[in-house]
Amino acid sequence: MSSAKLVAESGKILDVAAKDAPLTVRGLTVSYGNKPAVFSVDASIPAGSMTAIIGPNGAGKSTFLKGALGVVPRLSGEIRIFGKLFDEARDRVAYVPQRASVDWDFPARVIDVVLMGLYGSVGLFRLWRARHKQQAMECLKRVGMSDFADRQVGQLSGGQQQRVFLARALAQNAEFYLLDEPFAGVDAATERAIVSVLKELKSEGRTVVCVHHDLSTVAEYFDRVLLINVRRIAEGPVETTFTAENLQETYGGRLAATHIDELHLA
Amino acid sequence: MSFLDYFISALFLQAGYNSALVAVGAGLLGLSAGSAGAFIFLRKRALVSDAISHATLPGVGLAFMIMVAFGSDGRWLPGLIIGSAVSSAIGLVMVEWITRKTRLTEDAAIGAVLSVFFGFGIVLLTIIQTMSSGRQAGLENFLLGSTAGMLISEAMTIAIAGALAAGFVFLLRRPMTLVAFDPDYAATTGVNVRNIDLAMMGLALIVTVIGLKIVGLILIVALLIIPPVAARFWTNQVGPMIGIAAGVGGLSGYIGAVLSAAEASLPTGPIIVLVAFGFFLISALFSPLRGGLASWLRHQRFQRRVHRRQGLLSLARREPIYDGLTIRILRRAGMIRADGVATARGRIAAEKAARDEARWAMARRILPDDSAIERYDGLTPIERMMTPDQIAEIDHMIQTAQGAKA
Repeated sequence: MSSAKLVAESGKILDVAAKDAPLTVRGLTVSYGNKPAVFSVDASIPAGSMTAIIGPNGAGKSTFLKGALGVVPRLSGEIRIFGKLFDEARDRVAYVPQRASVDWDFPARVIDVVLMGLYGSVGLFRLWRARHKQQAMECLKRVGMSDFADRQVGQLSGGQQQRVFLARALAQNAEFYLLDEPFAGVDAATERAIVSVLKELKSEGRTVVCVHHDLSTVAEYFDRVLLINVRRIAEGPVETTFTAENLQETYGGRLAATHIDELHLA
Repeated sequence: MSFLDYFISALFLQAGYNSALVAVGAGLLGLSAGSAGAFIFLRKRALVSDAISHATLPGVGLAFMIMVAFGSDGRWLPGLIIGSAVSSAIGLVMVEWITRKTRLTEDAAIGAVLSVFFGFGIVLLTIIQTMSSGRQAGLENFLLGSTAGMLISEAMTIAIAGALAAGFVFLLRRPMTLVAFDPDYAATTGVNVRNIDLAMMGLALIVTVIGLKIVGLILIVALLIIPPVAARFWTNQVGPMIGIAAGVGGLSGYIGAVLSAAEASLPTGPIIVLVAFGFFLISALFSPLRGGLASWLRHQRFQRRVHRRQGLLSLARREPIYDGLTIRILRRAGMIRADGVATARGRIAAEKAARDEARWAMARRILPDDSAIERYDGLTPIERMMTPDQIAEIDHMIQTAQGAKA
C-alpha cells in the first residue's frame, strides 16, 4: 500500500506508529438520511486492550462499530484493521451484533448458530465434519452453554442468546473482537460468564471492544474507554480518560451530577 | 375410464408419456419452488415474490407481440419466458430502488409495482385479443396455469430449469441461511448481503417464470411460500426445513398436475395450490413438534403438572386448597381424600416437593452459574437434573444453615 493512500479524507495522516493497530479510524462519518449519526470520529484501538465505547442513547456507538466494519455505508473516513483494508483483514475480526437485531424464532439450534462462525473456514461446498462440531462445542463450553447445544434458539433466555452469539464469534478464532452491547438486558450469571471470557481473550493477547452502557462497571471490566456523542469526546486509558469532566461532556445534562459522584472517579 | 381410475393410473405415470412428463415437470417445479421459497420465507420477503410474479405479465404480452411482429404465432414458450423474466426483473429492481432511494417502505413499493405492472399486463392482453394475427387463444392461461395441450418440449424445459434452480439453492444454502438470520453479522464475515438477496430473489424469479405455464402468475407465490410454512411446523433446523419444503412443493406440483390432467376442466394452478394447502393443514394441526394439537396437549400436561406441584406445596404448608382443578388432580392421584385431607401418599409427596423447593433455593445460592439452574423449569424432579453428590452437598448446606439458625 502506498503511503499516499494513508491520507484520510479529513486531511489527517494516519498515525504511523499505530499503523498495525487492530483498529484505526480517521474522520469516520456515517449518516442516516442527512443527519450524521457519527461525525468525523477518530479512534485508535491498541493491540491487547479492552475498550469500552461509551455514550448516551442515540450517540452513535453501535453505528460507529458498524461503520468501522462496513456493515453500514460510510459517508467519509478512513478505516484500517491491522493496517489493512477490512476486506483483507476480515479473517482476524469477529463481530457480535446486538441480540435484539435478529429474529430468534429462526429454525436453528444453538449448535447451528455457533457453526455459522465456521462458515468462512468450511467453504461453500464442503459438509460439516465431526471436527467442526467439536470446535463449536468447545466454544459453547467456554460460555457455559454446552448443555444447551440441541435447544432451539428461540427457547433460550436473553442472556443465553447473548452467550450463543459470543460462542459464534469465538468459533471464528479471531484476534480482534467487537461486541455491540453484550451486557444489555442479561442476567448476572451471563454477565459473569461474558466478562470472564472477554478477560480470557485479553490474556491471550487478543483485542476486545465493547459498546457498553453500564458506567458503574467500566473501571472493573475495561482498561480503555472511547467516549462518543456523535463526535469523539475522548479516548484513552480508564484512569486518565474516564473522568467526571469527560463524562459530563459526553452526556451533557443527561447524566446527573449525583450519578457521576457514585462512580468514585479519579 | 372414470376420473378416479385415470387419477390413479396417472399418479403412477401409467396414463401416457405426455401426462407423465407434465406431472414430473410440475413436481420438479414444486421442488425448486419449495426450496427457494424456504429462504424467501426465512428472509421475510414473501410479498416481494408476489410483486415479481405479477410483474411478469407485461413481459408475456410484449414478448407475444414482438414474436408476432416477426411472423411467428407468438406462442413459443422460451420466448414468453424470457419476456416475463425481463419484465419481472425490472419490477424487482423498481421495488428495491423505491425502498432504497425514497422514504417509502417496502410494502408500499410492492403494492405500487405489483398493481401497475399487472394493470399494464392486462391492458396488453386486451389489445392482443383484438389483434388479427398470431394465435392468442390460451394466453390468458398464464394467469392461472394450465397443462392442457402442453408440449413435451415445454415440460422438459420446466423440468430442467426446476432441477437447476433446486441445485442452485443447495449451493447457496449457507450464505442464504446466514443472511436470512443475521445480515449484519453476515456482512462482517465477507458475505455480500446485497448480492445474496438478489440471488434469492433471482431464484424466486426463475421459479416464477418457469412456473407461469403450469401454475400461473397469480398463484405461483403460494407454491413458493406454503411449502416452507408447512415445513416449519416439522423442524427447528434450516437443512431439514428446506428438504421438507422441497418435498411438500414437489408432491403438491406432482399430485396437482395429475389431478388437473384427470379432469381437463380443472385449472392446474389452483389445484396445485389447494394440494399444497392440504399439506399445510396437516402440518399445522398434526406435527408433533410445532403443530396445534401437540402444542395444546403439551400445554395441558404442563398446566396439570403446575397444579399438582402447587397443590402439594399447599399441602406441605397445611394451607387449604380452593382451586377446583388442583383438587381434582390431587384426588385422582390419590394424594387427598374427598374432604381435602392429605392421604399418607399425599403427605410423602408433599414433603418431597417442599424439600426439593428448599434444595433449589439453596442451589441458586451456592451454585448460581450451574446450568441445571438455568434449565430448571420449576417442575422436573431434582434427581433428574443434578447428580447425587450435588444433592448431598445441597442437603448438607441446608442442614448447616438450619443448625446456624437454631
